[in-house]
Amino acid sequence: MLNPTLNRREFLAAGGSLVVSFALAPGVLAQQPAAVKTVSASEVDGFLAIGADGTVTVYSGKVELGTGVRTALLQIAAEELDVPLERMKMVEGDTLLTPDQGATTSSVSISRGGVEIRRAAATARAALVNEAAKVLGVPAEQLTTQNGAVVSRSDGRSVPYSRLVGGRNFSLKVDAKARVKDPTTYRLVGKPVPRVDIPEKVAGTFVFMHDYRVPGMLHARVIRPPTMRGRLTGLDDTAARKIPGYVGTVRKNDFLAVVAREEWAAIRAARAVRAEWAKWEGLPEKSKLWEAVRATPAVRDDVTQNTGNAVAALKTASRTLRATFDFAIQTHGSIGPSCAIAEWRDGNLTCWTASQQTHELRKQLADMFGLKHDNVRCIYLEGSGCYGRNGHEDATADAALIAKEIGQPVRVQWSREDEHVWDPKGPPTLIDYAAGLDERGNVVAWTSDAWIPIGQAVSRATLVAAELAGMPRDASHPGSIQQQLAIQYAFPNVRAVAHRLADTPFRPSWIRTPGRMQNTFGNEVFLDEIAQVSGADPLEFRMRHLKDARAIELLERLARLAAWQPRGKESRRQAGNVVTGRGVSYMKYELVRTYVGAVAEVEVNRKTGVIRVTRFHVAHDCGQIINPDGLRNQIEGNVIQTTSRALMEDLQFSRSTVTSRDWASYPILRFPDVPEVVMDLIDRPAEAPWGAGEPTSAVVPSAISNAVFDAVGVRLRSVPFTPDKVLAALGAPKKDAA
Amino acid sequence: MAQAHSLNVNGRRVTLEADDPQMPLLYALRNQLGLTGPHFGCGLAQCGACTVQVAGKAVRSCVFPISAAAGKTVVTLEGLGTTGKPHPLQQAFIDEQAVQCGYCINGMIMQAKALLDSNKSPTDLQIKQALAGNLCRCGVHLRIVRAVQRAAKTMA
Repeated sequence: MLNPTLNRREFLAAGGSLVVSFALAPGVLAQQPAAVKTVSASEVDGFLAIGADGTVTVYSGKVELGTGVRTALLQIAAEELDVPLERMKMVEGDTLLTPDQGATTSSVSISRGGVEIRRAAATARAALVNEAAKVLGVPAEQLTTQNGAVVSRSDGRSVPYSRLVGGRNFSLKVDAKARVKDPTTYRLVGKPVPRVDIPEKVAGTFVFMHDYRVPGMLHARVIRPPTMRGRLTGLDDTAARKIPGYVGTVRKNDFLAVVAREEWAAIRAARAVRAEWAKWEGLPEKSKLWEAVRATPAVRDDVTQNTGNAVAALKTASRTLRATFDFAIQTHGSIGPSCAIAEWRDGNLTCWTASQQTHELRKQLADMFGLKHDNVRCIYLEGSGCYGRNGHEDATADAALIAKEIGQPVRVQWSREDEHVWDPKGPPTLIDYAAGLDERGNVVAWTSDAWIPIGQAVSRATLVAAELAGMPRDASHPGSIQQQLAIQYAFPNVRAVAHRLADTPFRPSWIRTPGRMQNTFGNEVFLDEIAQVSGADPLEFRMRHLKDARAIELLERLARLAAWQPRGKESRRQAGNVVTGRGVSYMKYELVRTYVGAVAEVEVNRKTGVIRVTRFHVAHDCGQIINPDGLRNQIEGNVIQTTSRALMEDLQFSRSTVTSRDWASYPILRFPDVPEVVMDLIDRPAEAPWGAGEPTSAVVPSAISNAVFDAVGVRLRSVPFTPDKVLAALGAPKKDAA
Repeated sequence: MAQAHSLNVNGRRVTLEADDPQMPLLYALRNQLGLTGPHFGCGLAQCGACTVQVAGKAVRSCVFPISAAAGKTVVTLEGLGTTGKPHPLQQAFIDEQAVQCGYCINGMIMQAKALLDSNKSPTDLQIKQALAGNLCRCGVHLRIVRAVQRAAKTMA
């Protein structure tokens, strides 16, 4: 496992140049000024270094979250540089060493992060060829690159990159127009290259954030309040003092933690400390959540689509359809609770963190402690998959605060309950739809009105430690949840408005496919309703209203993949308690990138209300595919994780706090219930590469709902589709009075 | 008053000290022996990320007291094989690329090992049932089932 802490001696021995090697020397460079290596995203040296031994190090602001981007980004760089993958290394998300390429979110690690690295590599390659032309005395046009060297086409002489630049800077601006390789010559991009991290992960030797250690490190556990707005009124650690290895408590206003020499002692101490907290019951009643959302004042309206005059067209339509959709509050549900290490030295803070946004976190931590940004370094280490902004950043702030108070490096490991209760949540989403049809059944108006929380402009969530300790902090950003509150279908009058609410019950953040999932759920189920009342086949209806050739090709291929049987107004009549259905859904991500179409197959038990999703057919077009196996892995993961969210996941809470505190009270999908996934990947090597970490998730809940309609003839408009809701929709008496 | 517990871990005899006989085995493995293959996921025996073998059985080391492991043979993921010489299950997970974040994978492999120890040619359904108590959030389930099938065939 690479340890992304540079060995300073080796760094400086090379004259402050870019010979980078790795050694187990945690903290050695932690406090060095950032002047050694540029992190500028406009400099080739920001992204790339070629060592004297020919090793190429890629410095990436985008980080591996388990989606395979480390391998994909290395493929892109190795391809463009013509260097074997075995000679490539990667440093990710270290604020001292890597450019700020924005948070690793929104499925843009390839489309933005990868393209930036590709441009830097193409610039570097051109510079290497020019340098080799001088060394070999051959015009650059007669030179080519292969295997980490520039080669003369005429006489076969070659010069390795290491001789041309090895150990020195390129000192070159990234050329946005640098000539990139012709995709027809690719030998790595587009190939199912095995992931570089998997051998160590299956051998148990991979160093996750949770496995990392620094010398002199103490172990801490946070003690969170029993309410979401806890005020600490009393504290007694008498019992904890009897535990061998107990160091003490750290208290700052309502922030409370225990510190011990050993991890188990910290856990025992956290249980032994008696803390008293003020009562607070400010959460809405769970059963009246949607009334509470609707009653929350809107700060402003964001018009996300406006074509023609939908409001007027709706009034004159001969037939009007209306429906309301809601989507529950959900948690990220990382399998490993968040963990971080922090160390202070001479007023400088170094954090080892699994944050997907180390550059942003660094600014947040600097603000929290009143430091300059340069006095904080965040070093990324892979954590448990986060699927958005989970608790990683909060655990980092916890560690920083505790380490500062205690004066020693501190590792904070959250408990399962800490993660379930205190990670920020995907906010509740409520959307009202209306459509107007003319007398021939044509759609003349479409409106959607979403009731979703407002957030701050930058993608940050409040750090819990800063809030509890009363330190400077940001408001929370729920993610770009207004995205996809718009449709690609060519209706003459369309209006979509996001009513941005002043408040939401829990600290919001982005959770995989934020907004795009909820909005696509409403869009695609409501569209299905319109197709059905129009007597049209739902797939044909979609294709008829799309003008985009790639969209139409995708849906044609989906129809073939799923062997789609067109259907009309009448729903099929099936005997027996368990009936089957198929439903289709489609979207173009944010209406500007990746296309996904899906057909879900379900079994619905009319007696129990239980839905089983048996199979998903997915057609996927993300342009140029970097790694087809990585893409398949992502699509499978999107389908399975979102099937879980669509069928089961509904955060439970009292008036005081979250009551979904573990996997028993917040169940997720298990092996026996995962659907099969069949795929058709549309590769377009000549097109721009787009992302695949999120788009498939967007179509999953709607495809399931539409399949349930096909099976039993009722519309499910509330996620998750629990048995109780299914039975209620079927008109069956509820199992219990609750 | 630390107590010493002797056990065999991955073929090596070790003596581990613990102040609390109830300390879960997981903390001794990770913090005293540096065996970080087994992961902390819940501390409640709900997710399986911490699974190891004790006396040939898959156990949840996050709730398994160190004192109960005394005198027994413990095998962790690291004890199955290495990157240079992987166990057929580890190799099958590589061949099927059956990992996303990889945090749960320790438990998947260790639980699958227990299954294959007792059933050399399981059906897909049997694999799914055997792994029903192991949680994966990334959604790698289908690949994991394929990897276990592949390993079963290799080991047959």
